[in-house]
Amino acid sequence: MQYIPNIIFALILIAGIGFFVKNIRKLIRNIKLGKEVDRSDNKAARWKNMAKIALGQYKMVRRPVSGILHVAVYLGFIIINIEVLEIIIDGLLGTHRVFQPILGDGFYAFLIGTFEILAALVFVSVIVFWIRRNVIKLKRFWNKEMKGWPKNDGNIILYFEMVLMSLFIVMNASDIAFQEAGIGNPISQFVYPILKGFTPEMLHIIEQSAWWIHIVGILIFLNYLYYSKHLHILLAFPNTFYAKLQPKGQLDNLEAVTKEVQLMMDPSADPYAAPAEGAEDEVPEKFGASDVTDLNWVQLMNAYTCTECGRCTSSCPANLTGKELSPRAIMMKTRDRMEEVGANIDANGGTFKDDGKQLLNDYITPEELWACTSCNACVQECPINIDPLSIIMDMRRYLVMEESAAPQELNMMMTNIENNGAPWQYNQMDRLNWKDEE
Amino acid sequence: MIVPTMAEMMAQGKQPEVLFWVGAAGSFDDRAKKITRAFVKILHQANVDFAVLGTEESSTGDAAKRAGNEFLFQMQAVTNIEVLNAYEVKTIVTCDPHSFNTLKNEYPSLGGKYTVFHHTQYIKKLIADGRLSVNDSILKNKRLTYHDPCYLGRANDEYESPRDLIKRLGVHLTEMKRSKSTALCCGAGGAQMFKEPEKGDKDINVLRTEDALETNPEIIATGCPYCNTMMIDGVKFKEKEADVLVLDIAELIAQANEL
Repeated sequence: MQYIPNIIFALILIAGIGFFVKNIRKLIRNIKLGKEVDRSDNKAARWKNMAKIALGQYKMVRRPVSGILHVAVYLGFIIINIEVLEIIIDGLLGTHRVFQPILGDGFYAFLIGTFEILAALVFVSVIVFWIRRNVIKLKRFWNKEMKGWPKNDGNIILYFEMVLMSLFIVMNASDIAFQEAGIGNPISQFVYPILKGFTPEMLHIIEQSAWWIHIVGILIFLNYLYYSKHLHILLAFPNTFYAKLQPKGQLDNLEAVTKEVQLMMDPSADPYAAPAEGAEDEVPEKFGASDVTDLNWVQLMNAYTCTECGRCTSSCPANLTGKELSPRAIMMKTRDRMEEVGANIDANGGTFKDDGKQLLNDYITPEELWACTSCNACVQECPINIDPLSIIMDMRRYLVMEESAAPQELNMMMTNIENNGAPWQYNQMDRLNWKDEE
Repeated sequence: MIVPTMAEMMAQGKQPEVLFWVGAAGSFDDRAKKITRAFVKILHQANVDFAVLGTEESSTGDAAKRAGNEFLFQMQAVTNIEVLNAYEVKTIVTCDPHSFNTLKNEYPSLGGKYTVFHHTQYIKKLIADGRLSVNDSILKNKRLTYHDPCYLGRANDEYESPRDLIKRLGVHLTEMKRSKSTALCCGAGGAQMFKEPEKGDKDINVLRTEDALETNPEIIATGCPYCNTMMIDGVKFKEKEADVLVLDIAELIAQANEL
């Protein structure tokens, strides 16, 4: 009978981690719906980016207030996880503070003391985050796309963190032996006097309850990640690793187009030639993107990684001047459509059944796409190197090359380039007139 | 003014040290042509052996590419690369950050590999090589602010060359609240120059001009012919054209050196 708590704990742990793994597999499957893109080059620069931007939070502090608060939460989250390791071992073995004898009282007290201070810092930071969202109402948390679930999601995550940090402190504060020893309790010693009125039995129940709710809460939070915008705590690392390394101004040259152009420019090419052996049934490659499966896997990973902070949208010139475009919404809509396609595949035994919908029009409108100035402010501002611009450009390519659906003025501009080698209607032969004017 | 073409150079069996890529705006737009001429005056003053393609130059295809027309872009690119490679061009300078970005970043994988300079980088190099100096007395103490073109700044991380030149003019530079990597776009990029903006509550160039006017400038400097147009329109919209000039850094240097 005495092993029942251990067994229950093991079962909860297995269920919690198992369900999480199941969802992560689904996430990886969905990301792989994207087209192949080679990001295996220049590993050294990629590791450096990951170390600097994800691990080192280098771009977060571009905005100092939210940046420093985020670093506090981030450090707290990572370091306090060492304590979670102890909790798991205690739970499985039925021990109590198993690290204490192993590490020695002094060092253990130092560790737990550090965790307590970090927990307090996280708690305070999260409160400030909540105030910024709900009391100060920073504009970027109240844009159009932040209504309903995205708004609640942001707050739920903050409540989770507040509760988990409180439970950790309460757990320590109600541990009589730990408090009587009086070391490693820089924060919980102030909570202990409040609880002192309870009987030792009651305190033990509080301690055990806090312990259980804390670890179960962590497992629930872990599983909440997949359904929330909070996946960045994991995906920020691969996302910064696989992010584009070229200058931000460099747009990829579509290879499929290069082949066509080479054929057109090659005087010896026979436009009426029969297709090569075996190539008769090949579907010609689609230019640009109208759905998530036309995007590459890094763009889809970007969508899962986005934590909807809105730094992109708050620096987007189109959004700042009241246009429909919001780079954050581009990422959110891409993710929503990807989830829809994934659910469709799950419901139809592993294959996608046409649902008459696509990313273009059903989620992202041409009006949004045409409002972009390609200024790269969104790419610059993203703290974890998400690239909304690349999705916008791929969708413009589809609109223009597959649907000839550019705005009329742009069609005129392109006709001029074709005919006169300039976006305006000037004669190519007048190109050097400027040297004799004035 | 004396502006040799690559064809003339070739006929004389000469290879210039640099090709000046004028760009569509610099060739045809009345305002941008003044920037082109100012830059040529600087090249002459520094005794740079340069040439242009003249009627053999065609759109880089940047606007077509950003509008989504990859076909047209690559057709333009391949045609231009054929011309450039036939003349064995090694080094290119341009006053247009869009041409700069496209030639530098997007032409190499299509077979066009050149060393490409934005004119502010090239002028900085001329000064460093001792071929040019800037007179700091003509514009002394003028109040100036600098607008970063997106395709020079964020797109290619070049924030310092233009500022280095500005410092040599003896002017009083005040940065806008949004500058360098946080600079706001003028509203022209991504082919917006050639269309009406989408529905909104303000034009981007007006918002950016307001950023600039907050610094109480006499001169708004920039390094892009499209930014130049947008900022001039913004200044007109704010009815400040009597007090504020919008000038390219090449024009400022030509003024300072009384060219």
